[in-house]
Amino acid sequence: MIIAEKKPIEEIIREVEAYDRILVLGCNECVTVCEAGGKKEVEVLASVLRMNFMAQNREKTIDERTLERQCDHEYLEEIRDVIDQYDAVISLACGVGVQFAAEKYMTTPVLPGVNTVCLGANEDRGLWTERCQACGSCVLARTGGICPVSRCAKRVLNGPCGGSTNGKCEISKDTDCAWQLIIDRLKALGKMDDYEIVAPVKDWSTDRAGGPRTVTREDVKI
Amino acid sequence: MSDYVSDSRLERVLKAGHLGVTSECGPPRGSDPEEIKKKGLLIKDYVDAVNVTDNQTAMTRMSSLAACVHLKLLGIEPVLQMVTRDRNRVALQSDILGAASFDISNMLCLSGDHQSFGDCSQGQNVHDLDSMQLVQTVRYMRDEGKFLGGDDIKRPPRLFVGAAANPFADPFEIRVPRLAKKIACGAEFIQTQCIYNIDKFKEWMRRAADRGLTEQVFIMAGMTPMKSVGMAKYMKNKVPGMDVPDEIIQRLSGVEKKNQAEEGIKICVEHIQELKEVPGIAGFHIMAIEWEEKVPEIVEKSGLYPRPEV
Repeated sequence: MIIAEKKPIEEIIREVEAYDRILVLGCNECVTVCEAGGKKEVEVLASVLRMNFMAQNREKTIDERTLERQCDHEYLEEIRDVIDQYDAVISLACGVGVQFAAEKYMTTPVLPGVNTVCLGANEDRGLWTERCQACGSCVLARTGGICPVSRCAKRVLNGPCGGSTNGKCEISKDTDCAWQLIIDRLKALGKMDDYEIVAPVKDWSTDRAGGPRTVTREDVKI
Repeated sequence: MSDYVSDSRLERVLKAGHLGVTSECGPPRGSDPEEIKKKGLLIKDYVDAVNVTDNQTAMTRMSSLAACVHLKLLGIEPVLQMVTRDRNRVALQSDILGAASFDISNMLCLSGDHQSFGDCSQGQNVHDLDSMQLVQTVRYMRDEGKFLGGDDIKRPPRLFVGAAANPFADPFEIRVPRLAKKIACGAEFIQTQCIYNIDKFKEWMRRAADRGLTEQVFIMAGMTPMKSVGMAKYMKNKVPGMDVPDEIIQRLSGVEKKNQAEEGIKICVEHIQELKEVPGIAGFHIMAIEWEEKVPEIVEKSGLYPRPEV
């Protein structure tokens, strides 16, 4: 899923200072699961904003709403009839949701309430970690199911580099060396011979290097 | 390994069966070329070639290529170090041609320290290629005379191609397979990480020799003299992938502070003497960090001077 984290409240207050009628808009998908932008977080943020402006004796309307998804026309349409009641929307969806809302409602400022961090997993309670960088050309079949593109700080395809120590990356003792994990997994699979297969120069044109990416499926088009 | 692939003196020395000697110079953090020239001239007659580091520890410095040119113009043979951290395949190929245009004849392919260690920790890294793919790239440019994109190169680069090896990084068991992989990619010489754990290094060499790898590549043992016990502790605890046994620290602690540098040189010379006897060792890469003036003494005391005529 997409992992996000809450923006600092000071930054959000600064962004919405000029507006009097604000809609805090949550999303029921990834950001709910990673506890950054679901219904609960919408309630908390709206309350904090109300308290903040109340303390300054400033009267503002701060409403709450959480959609099933913000990356989908169908659900974003649900606010069409109310959107003109607001001077601005704080979207707690990922960057995709913020943009999709902004594209749909051209004359209403849509401001991000979270920082979108990565594609990751909920590794433990309160811990989300990156697993994929959407490079557009998956190498996992050759790397024991562990991704060197997203999990190696140098995205080394023929690793590990010389900085791997005790299973940890040179950048931090809290970061696993992806190549140590790959080797451990290759060993567990009895496929250590695969380690010596050289990964050729990668085609990064499917990565962000190739420009904004699209997937077109004629078979599912209407 | 009899045909020459470049005009490199280092290549000729190694292929003639002599123990090669290289050292390194770090370019300055400024545009004054005098510093690198001075460092180069200090060691000129005691080494076969001088590595020029490429923004080592991710600290922004004068470019490796420019510093190599300064050395080359003084008649000192440079080894151009190139890391994949800062440049994509366009820039890497372009700089390879730039180096070849000055008839720079040696290149060492590296991934580079992560930028978080340096002065631009908020910068992007590139890593379009990794170090092995850079070895493949330069070999392809040289041997096929083509760019990665497939077009012909007019006057392809003639470079003797090296890679680094760290016999001490983890996991140890893949250190020799990793060497094999670098050789398969086309590495012709290897310069190793600084060696302090002699036993572990010998074990790595034995495993490399068992696989016949020492017949396929020239392995130059990396040596860095310790200036003080403080440096030894720093290397042990702070430098990624470094293996400094306690006995080195104890030995340096055992002498007065003012004599520790001398002891460090002594240890370095002893290590070189010992490693000279190890089958498959093709030479030494002496990295006296900001201590280039000691290189001549180490080379002489190790019996590696004068350098052979080739």
